[in-house]
Amino acid sequence: MSDLVDSFYAHMPEFDETPPSALSPEERASLLKSFYPDYRPEGKATIRVGPNAGTVVPEEVATLLESRSRIEGPRLIPDHPDRDVDVLIIGGGGAGITAALHASEKGASVLLATKLRVGDSNTVMAEGGIQSALGEGDSPVDHFRDTFRGGHGANDPALLSVLVQEGPQMVEWLISRGILFDRDPQGNLSLRKGGGTSRPRLISAKDYTGLELIRVLKEDVVNAPVEILEFSPAVELLQGPGGACAGAVLWDLDSRKYLYVKARTVILATGGTGRLHLGGFATSNHFGATGDGLCMAYRMGAKLVHIDSFQYHPTGVIFPSEMAGMLITEAVRGAGARMYNRLGRRFVNELETRDVVASAIIRECSEGRGVPTPSGASGVYLDLASIDREAGEGTVLKRFPNIVKLMTRHQVDPTRFPILVYPTLHYQNGGLQTDPNGHTSISNLLVAGEASGGLHGTNRLMGNSLLELFVFGRRAGLEAVKESRERAPFSWKEVSMAHVDHFEQALAREFEGADRPMAPTLFPDYRRKDS
Amino acid sequence: MDTSQKEHETMVHVSINGREYDVPAGSTMVQAMWYTGHEVIHGIGCLGGVCGACATVYRMKGDFRLRNALACQTLVQDGMSFSMLDSYPIQRAHYDVASLTDPKEELFTFYPESATCRNCNACTEVCPQGIDVRDSVWRANFGDFKAVAELTMSCVMCGLCVSRCIAEMAPHEIALYARRAYGAKELPFPTNLRTRLGEIEKGIFSKEMDRLLALSPEELKKECEVKS
Ligand SMILES: Cc1cc2nc3c(=O)[nH]c(=O)nc-3n(C[C@H](O)[C@H](O)[C@H](O)COP(=O)(O)OP(=O)(O)OC[C@H]3O[C@@H](n4cnc5c(N)ncnc54)[C@H](O)[C@@H]3O)c2cc1C
Ligand code: SF4
Ligand code: SF4
Ligand code: FES
Repeated sequence: MSDLVDSFYAHMPEFDETPPSALSPEERASLLKSFYPDYRPEGKATIRVGPNAGTVVPEEVATLLESRSRIEGPRLIPDHPDRDVDVLIIGGGGAGITAALHASEKGASVLLATKLRVGDSNTVMAEGGIQSALGEGDSPVDHFRDTFRGGHGANDPALLSVLVQEGPQMVEWLISRGILFDRDPQGNLSLRKGGGTSRPRLISAKDYTGLELIRVLKEDVVNAPVEILEFSPAVELLQGPGGACAGAVLWDLDSRKYLYVKARTVILATGGTGRLHLGGFATSNHFGATGDGLCMAYRMGAKLVHIDSFQYHPTGVIFPSEMAGMLITEAVRGAGARMYNRLGRRFVNELETRDVVASAIIRECSEGRGVPTPSGASGVYLDLASIDREAGEGTVLKRFPNIVKLMTRHQVDPTRFPILVYPTLHYQNGGLQTDPNGHTSISNLLVAGEASGGLHGTNRLMGNSLLELFVFGRRAGLEAVKESRERAPFSWKEVSMAHVDHFEQALAREFEGADRPMAPTLFPDYRRKDS
Repeated sequence: MDTSQKEHETMVHVSINGREYDVPAGSTMVQAMWYTGHEVIHGIGCLGGVCGACATVYRMKGDFRLRNALACQTLVQDGMSFSMLDSYPIQRAHYDVASLTDPKEELFTFYPESATCRNCNACTEVCPQGIDVRDSVWRANFGDFKAVAELTMSCVMCGLCVSRCIAEMAPHEIALYARRAYGAKELPFPTNLRTRLGEIEKGIFSKEMDRLLALSPEELKKECEVKS
């Protein structure tokens, strides 16, 4: 171990395994209310401009939505578009790739533009698995009930019923592409239990589920008749006749030039917002998760739902600091890992739901019972050694090879030393309002994946997000083809960024001319300020 | 996250793309690049060790050996010189897994070079995921696609094995082909999925689902035991 890691672990309390007292429903509610970031008053702002004016959201989200364009006025458009396609898909994660594959199969001309390489996304990072009600005695209806309960009843039932009923068909599609899910000895898909579900329903590919999905689907989309533009994030949507969407402006990160795309239909599949570091939280998300789709569509007048609701995963690594935000899967707690505060005491039942465990960790740390790190953060111990003690030496290595590999690379052997954890910003529960065919409130602008909202209510259950990508990615792809065929032809002369001008005028009125920050930011900037 | 924090007071001396810098000990290679003001775009994807975007080549002072690593996962050390390999050119087969008829033979149509492996083992030595890459190539050649699947499940497609292969093949693409062919063509279709698909087709859940969807929001919450 390095000196730093050495000295950090030199002063550890004695761990007292006495279980914490169980929480009553009232205690649980009050714990959430007092400590879960969504419900805390600090760091919040009320949106003042646009379709969601009046909603209280994290400051960073308000800044994202009430921002000025990267493209300065007057926003002139070149005489001819650089590309003219039926369907433009923005974002090359699971949702975007699925939409592209289904749209191109129908013969439409498809352009897939993405920020990094195709597949560099939150999707590739998924570990746990996909929910699909395949077990004996399980049913799509039970899947519906569990998800609705987990989402606090705020889920859109129409979206949810489509998810649970079409889920198995999309699993069939994935298998036909050659994706390898874990099997039981009888050749069935193995089903594991995830948090908040009444039945085992998670299908997975070890702890590499997202990687397995992306490796395969990326190869398919590269081989499909789809034009792919990598390192070309969209920075603005284009408006056509009647306020409908008519394409987008892409920013070529290498040539540093704008590229104008005329499209009969646009699908936003830009994913989440973790890299905005709401409330200063570290994140589990990939490098490009900066909420671009929300900000571009909001300027055009698209409505958002549950945009005040985020998932903070309780166990993100907080020390060594270079690993901050990295996820330690919920499954370790299922397998018997325990959590201790600075005094060596357990403070919450480790099997409570994600939001309750996260709140309890935040409580310990804000009330002085957190373990301080050399960089001034604090966290609690997540001890995996108890898994080996209970289930036999070597269990951690066998079941969680990826965790052992990653921690050991950073000089902490998790089978001997507890991992220091703190909640990490993980998932955007809400997003662009949509219906079962991916429509937003703007004509010819569709959405799929984490950028959309409504399906999960105000809390997503593990495994439903991946399922959503395939069910609604396919639907959006097919709908986009249909709409592009039905849409009346329009000329490039009718295309503009008038909506951006209007939005900026509204901002200027509301903020009395004060300069607004620019968005989308595309990437976080972690460079040392004085470097 | 913020690379200016004070956790690491000791500095180490490194060379990035041939230029010398002092950076805090305990930084990853990517963080060392941020610390020294580099804007890294090609070369970062997930920052979590799974996307394979950050393949990097490095050498330690006084050691002739060339080593490779994933830059988001590897800590800098004193005397390290490194450069990122943003993208290693590869040859990728154009095929549709559904229309394969004899996948084991077709491997040699799509990747004839796989038969030219010279057993040097460089691919295995370089792999940051610790995969026995050489073995996976041979298993693919012998048609044991199941073994390929088991050996290569953790492959992040970083392409480092390609950069070293003296037969100039892309072992990870060959493995991907073999895994896909195994999943789509060899493995029997899962029984529990087939059963459930049949039930859904027959509509046996529709009545109950329609009943739920017809409930008022309050009734639905009660039915699903939503705790407020
Ligand atoms: C560490 C981790 C583990 C997870 N584990 C699970 C799990 O086990 N089960 C589960 O169901 N869910 C899991 N999730 C959640 C799930 O992976 C994501 O919600 C889901 O993959 C999102 O898919 P997407 O296609 O909507 O977005 P993404 O996969 O994030 O793809 C969005 C893409 O759009 C690109 N993009 C962004 N902005 C622009 C722009 N302006 N222009 C062009 N392109 C842009 C991004 O770079 C990215 O490639 C996990 C998430 C993380 C981060
Ligand atoms: S097999 Fe090749 S591509 Fe895959 S992880 Fe190893 S070195 Fe990288
Ligand atoms: S590097 Fe190439 S030639 Fe050498 S063992 Fe690997 S596949 Fe064979
Ligand atoms: S950035 Fe994805 S593996 Fe390093």
